[in-house]
Amino acid sequence: MSSSTATPAYEPKTSVGKVTNYVDSRVGGSAMVKEFGRKIFPDHWTFMFGEVALYTFVILLISGTFLTFFYDPSMAETHYEGSYLPLRGVEMSVAYASSLDISFDIRGGLFMRQVHHWSALLFVAAVAVHMLRVFFTGAFRKPREFNWVVGCVLLIMSLAAGFTGYSLPDDLLSGNGLRIIDGVMKAIPVVGTYLSFFLFGGEFPGTAIIGRLYVLHILLIPALILLLIGIHLFMVVLHKHTQFPGPGRTNTNVVGYPVGPVYAAKAGGFFFIVFGIVAAISAAFTINPIWNYGPYDPSPVSAGTQPDWYIGWVDGALRLMPGTIGAFDFEWNIPFPWGVNTLSLNVLIPALVPAGIVFMLMFAWPWIEAWVTGDKREKHLLDRPRNAPTRTGIGVAGVVFYCVLWAAASSDLIATHFLVSLNDVTYWLRFLAIAGPILGFMVARRIALALQRKDREIALHGRETGRIVRLPHGEFIEVHEPVDEYKLYRLVSFDSPEVALPAVDANGKVGLPEKVRSRASRFFFEDRVAPVTPSELNAAHAGHHGEIAEAQDRESIASH
Amino acid sequence: MADSSHGSPNTSATVAKPGQGGVDTFENPGLPPHRPRLADRNRRAEKRAERQVALLFVISIIGTLLFFVGYFFVPLNDTIARLRLQNLMLGLGTAFAMLGIGVGIVHWARTLMPDHEVTESRHEIRPEKDRADAEKIIGDIFEETGIKRRPLIRNTLLGAMVLAPLPAIAIFRDLGPLPGDVLRETMWEAGTRLTRDPSGTPIRAADVTVGSAFHVIPEGLNEAEHKLEEKAKAVVLLMRLDPEELNPSPGREDWAYEGIVAYSKICTHVGCPVALYEQQTHHLLCPCHQSTFDVTQEAKVIFGPAARPLPQLPIDVDDEGYLVATSDFQEPVGPSFWERG
Repeated sequence: MSSSTATPAYEPKTSVGKVTNYVDSRVGGSAMVKEFGRKIFPDHWTFMFGEVALYTFVILLISGTFLTFFYDPSMAETHYEGSYLPLRGVEMSVAYASSLDISFDIRGGLFMRQVHHWSALLFVAAVAVHMLRVFFTGAFRKPREFNWVVGCVLLIMSLAAGFTGYSLPDDLLSGNGLRIIDGVMKAIPVVGTYLSFFLFGGEFPGTAIIGRLYVLHILLIPALILLLIGIHLFMVVLHKHTQFPGPGRTNTNVVGYPVGPVYAAKAGGFFFIVFGIVAAISAAFTINPIWNYGPYDPSPVSAGTQPDWYIGWVDGALRLMPGTIGAFDFEWNIPFPWGVNTLSLNVLIPALVPAGIVFMLMFAWPWIEAWVTGDKREKHLLDRPRNAPTRTGIGVAGVVFYCVLWAAASSDLIATHFLVSLNDVTYWLRFLAIAGPILGFMVARRIALALQRKDREIALHGRETGRIVRLPHGEFIEVHEPVDEYKLYRLVSFDSPEVALPAVDANGKVGLPEKVRSRASRFFFEDRVAPVTPSELNAAHAGHHGEIAEAQDRESIASH
Repeated sequence: MADSSHGSPNTSATVAKPGQGGVDTFENPGLPPHRPRLADRNRRAEKRAERQVALLFVISIIGTLLFFVGYFFVPLNDTIARLRLQNLMLGLGTAFAMLGIGVGIVHWARTLMPDHEVTESRHEIRPEKDRADAEKIIGDIFEETGIKRRPLIRNTLLGAMVLAPLPAIAIFRDLGPLPGDVLRETMWEAGTRLTRDPSGTPIRAADVTVGSAFHVIPEGLNEAEHKLEEKAKAVVLLMRLDPEELNPSPGREDWAYEGIVAYSKICTHVGCPVALYEQQTHHLLCPCHQSTFDVTQEAKVIFGPAARPLPQLPIDVDDEGYLVATSDFQEPVGPSFWERG
């Protein structure tokens, strides 16, 4: 910087210029304004879910900070003396008592608790839907694989944040949730009992767990989430945002609105909208009325309780797993030289296997798909879900699997609300947990292929107008109207990868990995639908009634 | 140009042939022509949009005022109704305050700010030449350390680095005590009276009528030092059946007293309280995961994810006619754990 020696070439004239100059000559920043001030962001309604996640996280930080000022994470015994009469004099933990005080004796405390809980639910939901958007449109492909992994870790972190926070009020409901965690933990072979004793500081429930969860919930997990969000957004800037294919949009450009002013205004305004919606929900709908549950006590439990939605699927899996099938027992007592040890597969399998499968597939998916397609190019244009039918099918299978397990967490409520046998509900859900994803895959894939064919129809023969015309020789036809070139381009601009034949290696043989890859490629692309080509379009136009008939059509339409 | 056809299946409904749709593609027509909005062409529409935005901001101001009214003029008393009213006013006030600003700004951006789409080109993420340079630099760094040529240094360093984090794990040892045998023992012992949960009043055998169920804690639990931990193991369900309906296995004939049986209330699945008793079928149902136990078959699992029967507490009556335990449970209660055996 030569500003100290030479006369500066830049003389600010406006007041904005003076401030800019002052800041820039000390810490820089003009380069950043140049880089980001007019940076282009593509716009599409599906791009908003990630924004919702970010904004609900900000709301969580704001409302959570308020709550920490009044919440006391102590499990010491106390007698409640606050305003809520039904519990006055009841023995409870300080944590529960302070949660009640936040609800009843601190103005706006209940509102903040509700804002915090509702935005937590919305946060995890927004993260999940954002990931589904990225998955179904193929936005995880090269060069964004690492960012997909960061997103997966963020999802796990948001689940951890939700769970640790859920337990803090130390009410009956969350205490039973911890009891289940304790039971699952004890089922882990070799170290399970020790893990449980270390986590709870001794026997369940102990007096340590709330304080420990509190530190995780307000310090460690949010810090990690913030860090990961930073990395996530840095990579978004680095890669620039993806966009849907369309007229004017290519793999090498970005089309959209500049950050300043339009995009910043829309995104900034959207924060207030999200906050407003959360506030409206919190005003009108009670969530987690802890005063109805009472303090934690290992003896009572209320029927028909469910965990928050994002943990529900694991609870549902625990419900669906049978303890025994016929004479086969899922709890094994294994004799070892030093004694008999117990392996509780009826707990371990549902707690670990579904989540293990879903998360492993999720983390590995960008590389699985790259391996199957063998495509090494950068992909900045998104797929419409219909244009990747197999991927769409697999995504839907995952969603169905999740939803069946989630429904299973409400099996007792389904039974009581619809007056059916609880056992039958469980049997059906067990069946659906296996058959549902397969059916979901087949149906979604077929629908995607059918939609692709419909797109071909529209591209080749135009839109059905619904107008029936009778030709002079008596034939009835429905008039189709060709789409304009922009709409046409939207319908035909997509990749349709072909089945890859196995490559022959140096010895002229086909190795096993290549065979598997070819098999996978066939599974993915065998039934592909190709985009319409210009020659097909010409042939379609030439092959029909010809110009004369079309002219007659037009006249007859005009006379109607 | 009107095209009239229903589309022939030959071109559309079949699976694509190899090579189809690959080479011959449509030219990108470029951005569609910009369509001016009403506010771009019509001065009155522009003014109207301006007023709408301002109105939304005014709504936000009113929302903030509503919040203050709720905060300062709705004092909390001991009623839930008042709390709900305040919560509603704070919530709606905040909602209007936020939505007014948010919708206002978005409306402003959509109607009055420029809506021309702009094209910017992407550049290569990083030039490939840099990669070769980076590879060379990293290679040079490693070369200069000499780590490849000096295996003694490399191996001792690896050893040190494997060991160094272990204290960071070991230091967490004191998070809790070792389990020992505490999971195998409860407060119950020979002569402990069965008392009502939560009052702690003892139960006479005569109080337990056929079809009734009692939630039971051991006598003295409420005064115990680690009350919740003891309660989490010791809670018991007590019910009376027709003695004919009980089918005790050999060695357990005297665990019941005139048809009164006591079973652990802690589910053998993951530890929820098995709180529901169906007095017609004598089934016990866990409300968490619906494991169902049949009391007429010594609490055997007849449905659900649990794999073991609920442990039975052997009981009798003392001289005063109160129910007492004749020993502790004969097996650990609650969820399975590795050392359970």
